[in-house]
Amino acid sequence: MDSYNFHWNVVWDAFPQLLGGAFTTLHVSVLSMLVGIVAAVFLALGKMSNSKILSFLSSIWIELSRNTPALFLIYMAYFGLGAYGIHLSPYLSVFAALVFVNGGYLAETFRGGFQSIPPTQYNAARSLGMNSVQAYRHIILPQMFRRIYHPMTNQFIWSILMSSLGILVGMNDLSGETQRLQSSSFRTLEFFIVAAAMYYVIAKLVLFAAHLVSKRVFKGELS
Amino acid sequence: MNLFTPISWNDAGFILTGVLNTVYISVIAILVGTILGLVLGFARAEGNKAVNMCLGGVLDILKSVPLIIQLILFSTFIGAMGYPLDPFVAGSIILSLYTMAFMVEVFRSGFDNVPHATKKAARSLGMSYWQTVRHISIPIGMRSVLPSWIGVGLSVIKDSALVSVIGYMELLRTAEQLISRSQQAVMILVGVGLFYFLISYPLSLYGKYIERKMTR
Repeated sequence: MDSYNFHWNVVWDAFPQLLGGAFTTLHVSVLSMLVGIVAAVFLALGKMSNSKILSFLSSIWIELSRNTPALFLIYMAYFGLGAYGIHLSPYLSVFAALVFVNGGYLAETFRGGFQSIPPTQYNAARSLGMNSVQAYRHIILPQMFRRIYHPMTNQFIWSILMSSLGILVGMNDLSGETQRLQSSSFRTLEFFIVAAAMYYVIAKLVLFAAHLVSKRVFKGELS
Repeated sequence: MNLFTPISWNDAGFILTGVLNTVYISVIAILVGTILGLVLGFARAEGNKAVNMCLGGVLDILKSVPLIIQLILFSTFIGAMGYPLDPFVAGSIILSLYTMAFMVEVFRSGFDNVPHATKKAARSLGMSYWQTVRHISIPIGMRSVLPSWIGVGLSVIKDSALVSVIGYMELLRTAEQLISRSQQAVMILVGVGLFYFLISYPLSLYGKYIERKMTR
């Protein structure tokens, strides 16, 4: 067995660049999550609407995003649109693909959350003298948010992990930065061990933050 | 001189290899992941706190580090240790372990769904511990896990695209090579997307159908 000599100094010197990459990773995941939530709200409304066309169009987006690999969608944005003269930067390609996927998955989450609230609750709220907006604001939405909170956290973690596919289109996120640094120093193993550890820490920190937020907002009544 | 040659029917065989390789590695990962997931899921459901802590920690790492980083790390690691593996073998190992990490939770919740009283009743009828597992826990527990099992299987088929990063010639990588030769990105990519969709969509419909049937 060959003995492999670890050289951690190279990684330590490049740590600021790795942190910069980690920042880009967080950046693209947070943005794609926010835009994805907006898209998902419209998709969920479209899917539940009575208009056949709207419902069909929303279904196309939702099913395409759920049934094709994320890497395929990134290639589609990067190479596919490039063929039509629309040259997206690596960042934008990954961002667009993540928005597409987040939108599709979250739309189903929102729809499921909404449909899990019995319609009688709305009627009950109305009969207590609330108007429609009040019924949604105080009765339907708080319960719905409680049910979709966990799936949304998971989707956010998924976005962080999947943004690592940026490595394949030359994005400067954590994985892309790692790839660039290892190719100039040949300390592949060290760099990827540190990158893996950083992803792990980021995922854990996000989960911890989500836990703290849920404790404050839901006061332990998370269903 | 023309550097690029358009795609033709001669490339069908090349694409087909990619298709078969994608199916191949997915089936292996799902099979191995299911078997390991069943065993470890059982260990998590029945084991004590110490077992759960250790298992949970390892599985957590598999789930919290991006698959692509795991693949690169593993194939570099075994290379640096002097045992370079074929991309297919290295990819199968990591993809199976990754699948396993998700399958464990699927099976664990299945085992947790078996009412404690039912197991106790079986024991009081004179069944041994393993007889209870064999005739009560597995048949009852596994009935409820099929929809989530399909869900994990589908995500594995999609995630198998990432094994291309260590050089395995699966569908997306063959497509990528054809694109760089023919420059017909859209047509090839649409074909590839269609393939994934045609495998994944019917299965996801079937999963939803079973789930509906069970909740009724």
